[in-house]
Amino acid sequence: MDVTLRVWRQAGPERPGHFKDYLARGISEEASFLEMLDAVNEKLQESGEDPIAFDHDCREGICGSCGLMINGQAHGPQLGTATCQLHMRKFQDGDQIVIEPWRASAFPVIKDLVVDRTAFDRIIEAGGYITAPTGSAPDANLIPVPKPAADAAFDAAACIGCGACVAACPNSAAQLFTAAKLVHLNLLPQGQPESNQRAVAMVETMEEFFGSCTNHGECESACPKGISIDNIALMNRDYMRAKVADLRLTGRR
Amino acid sequence: MNLNAKIPSGSIEDHWDNHRFGIRLVNPANKRKYTIIVVGTGLAGASAAATLAELGYNVKAFTFHDSARRAHSIAAQGGINAAKNYPNDGDSIFRLFYDTVKGGDYRSRESNVYRLAQVSNEIIDQATAQGVPFAREYGGLLDNRSFGGAQVSRTFYARGQTGQQLLLGAYQALARQVAAGTVELYTRTEMLDVVTHDGRAVGIVTRDLKTGDVESHSAHAVVLATGGYSNVYFLSTNAMACNVTAAWRAHRKGAYFANPCYTQIHPTCIPASDEFQSKLTLMSESLRNDGRIWIPLDPADSRAPNEIPEAERDYYLERKYPAFGNLVPRDVASRAAMRMIDANRGVGPLGNGVYLDFSDPIARLGADAIEARYGNLFEMYDRITDENPYKNPMRIYPAPHYTMGGLWVDYNLMSTVPGLYAIGEANFSDHGANRLGASALMQGLADGYFVIPYTIGDYLADYLNTDVMPTDHEAFKNAERGVRDHVERLMGINGTRTVDWFHRELGKIMIEQCGMARSAPGLEKALHEIPALKEEFQNDVKILGTADGLNQTLEKAGRVEDFFELAELMCRDALRREESAGGHFRVEHQTEEGEALRDDDNFSHVSAWEWHDSATPQTEHREDLHFEYVKLAQRSYK
Repeated sequence: MDVTLRVWRQAGPERPGHFKDYLARGISEEASFLEMLDAVNEKLQESGEDPIAFDHDCREGICGSCGLMINGQAHGPQLGTATCQLHMRKFQDGDQIVIEPWRASAFPVIKDLVVDRTAFDRIIEAGGYITAPTGSAPDANLIPVPKPAADAAFDAAACIGCGACVAACPNSAAQLFTAAKLVHLNLLPQGQPESNQRAVAMVETMEEFFGSCTNHGECESACPKGISIDNIALMNRDYMRAKVADLRLTGRR
Repeated sequence: MNLNAKIPSGSIEDHWDNHRFGIRLVNPANKRKYTIIVVGTGLAGASAAATLAELGYNVKAFTFHDSARRAHSIAAQGGINAAKNYPNDGDSIFRLFYDTVKGGDYRSRESNVYRLAQVSNEIIDQATAQGVPFAREYGGLLDNRSFGGAQVSRTFYARGQTGQQLLLGAYQALARQVAAGTVELYTRTEMLDVVTHDGRAVGIVTRDLKTGDVESHSAHAVVLATGGYSNVYFLSTNAMACNVTAAWRAHRKGAYFANPCYTQIHPTCIPASDEFQSKLTLMSESLRNDGRIWIPLDPADSRAPNEIPEAERDYYLERKYPAFGNLVPRDVASRAAMRMIDANRGVGPLGNGVYLDFSDPIARLGADAIEARYGNLFEMYDRITDENPYKNPMRIYPAPHYTMGGLWVDYNLMSTVPGLYAIGEANFSDHGANRLGASALMQGLADGYFVIPYTIGDYLADYLNTDVMPTDHEAFKNAERGVRDHVERLMGINGTRTVDWFHRELGKIMIEQCGMARSAPGLEKALHEIPALKEEFQNDVKILGTADGLNQTLEKAGRVEDFFELAELMCRDALRREESAGGHFRVEHQTEEGEALRDDDNFSHVSAWEWHDSATPQTEHREDLHFEYVKLAQRSYK
């Protein structure tokens, strides 16, 4: 199949960007979207043009490195699918495909389609962990976890940290990412001792970098791992609870 | 050099305890006087960096990814072994040890493997305390499943994303230390050289992938946790960026490279659909718990799989290996599949697969139960192939997956360069000639959480109150110059062919001559072709753009260049090892039934190769392997 690409090119963080059109000819329908870009890049290099830079690694939809805005949709048209798992059979011969980087002020462009997502790491560093220094753990079966809680925690923990939720959000909010980690840990018995401080620290760090949630729900439909927007409600509950607990403590003083 | 593995004395159950008691410790107040570099933030690297920092050391951690959460450990699907014996089916530390040595075809160090089995239980405890959401029974306790090469259920799992969840646990522990200021984390930073002085490791040289800046970092010790080298085959299950560069540059600085020919081809991958494919996708071995592997009895049978009656199917693994059936180890399963495909008995449009069929378990347990176990894998298969595996059998094909070879290390996980350690897949230590499923996660985390944090103290104790070497020292300046010259040389070639073209060509040579089956004439041929291709690369590769910013082609060019040298060593090692063992199958050495035929009299050793210079082939050194607890036998899974 042949498709026309309209790709965002930007030589560096401080350089102006622009769209440029490329013709991708003779692409196999079995090819993945990134293999299509590989083929375009191979041709570009043969003709002496700098290849299109994009982040990618595992190509199995799990590492969270890849992420492209494809025709205005984060990760493209297929529901629950990261860019690397999207295949060209989802497109028609002759299609025009617009490819952009994630657009969010917290994710500055490094080059072409590559953005800097380290703000996500700051949120995890703020409290997205359970303090359990190596060696201090009790036998694993001393902490029974009800299966529904374990399963719900897992559903939240499936987040791959790709940033599609932020890119899809009109406010560039990172509620879904933050909630996924917070809820994973706060649902588990192991996460209880730090649940309040975790909620406050993660939410407030998130707000330093990202916009506010206004319940559009775009994040949920863009998420390649189907993380539920319900997690945001749980996060808000935990945040409120933590703040109230904090007030009570203050009142006691 | 005499390869001293520093195996402790006494009975094997006591080795680790005796060793921990015997080695020197660094007291808590002194730990903050040391700086340790950890390169790589996968399971081994992240767990090591976090734990060393918790102990009080200053840690500098490096990853070439944009975040410490992206390493390829994240893609491990099936599970992690431990000798908990929760299912009460007769497991024990000794049995896990025994299975692992046997699974490795008796080419690993008994003492290391025993330690691995001992700490396996602590890993499960640690991960659970971190909140890793392992699968659970309705009573809230942990669930297990079985894996290849074992007759007990000892594999803990988190759906089909065990690697992801364990890595996120380690990454979160690391993030906690980053926030505490005990770990300085460098992202999008690639290590390009190890710096040595007076024969010991004193730091590394890195390139900032965003700016191209070449920088030196100094430390009391350097830990490499930089993974394996399956991407030498171009098409493998590894992530696109996986490479041998850090280990290889260490090799060039004096670290011996052990058993490079021990590579693992994984039996359950999705067959390639066309020649443009960039990588192969693994489907977890856990699928073989329930899935049954078969091909039509009649190679010319063109009916859809569901229309082929039971009597006209050949469940060849169940037929040949009744005791283990579909759960034979990976090397055995892969070779059996490859033989069927080579005999033109393969299925699918390109004839390059065998069926992995779930219709029996779906009929027995229901589709919901199967979805709960393997849902994400089934979805992934559907997405890639556009076929529904609940309705049609999957098609699978063997693909390069894991490399048992790596930097030689002693019992302390130190390489032949004092102060330079290798952990996880980057070392050679625990899997012999074949790794069992669910053992990679176990080893990476054992090394990172429970081995290196103690063993490194024995070396560091000598350097109490000594400063790290200043980075303006000549040793660092020379190494930086070397890295800059190398980058400049690559940028200056300005040839006509792309880096990927060379990588693909190298992969073809390697999979053909040094893949699943190896022969002396084939390896000799490869040893002529690889240097020729490398020379062509050095004269004709084309790298556009500049070196002072993000340049993904330049990054890859350096990695492919190192793969050429590694490929040569793999072939030389495979040629020298005149036996078949595990993943290393020499066609000249097989039993009448086509199984791997070891030669214990002559090859019960580790081959560790010493680098001299680009013009001189490496020299082989041998570490003899002694088996006191495991009885050497022809591996039988019948």
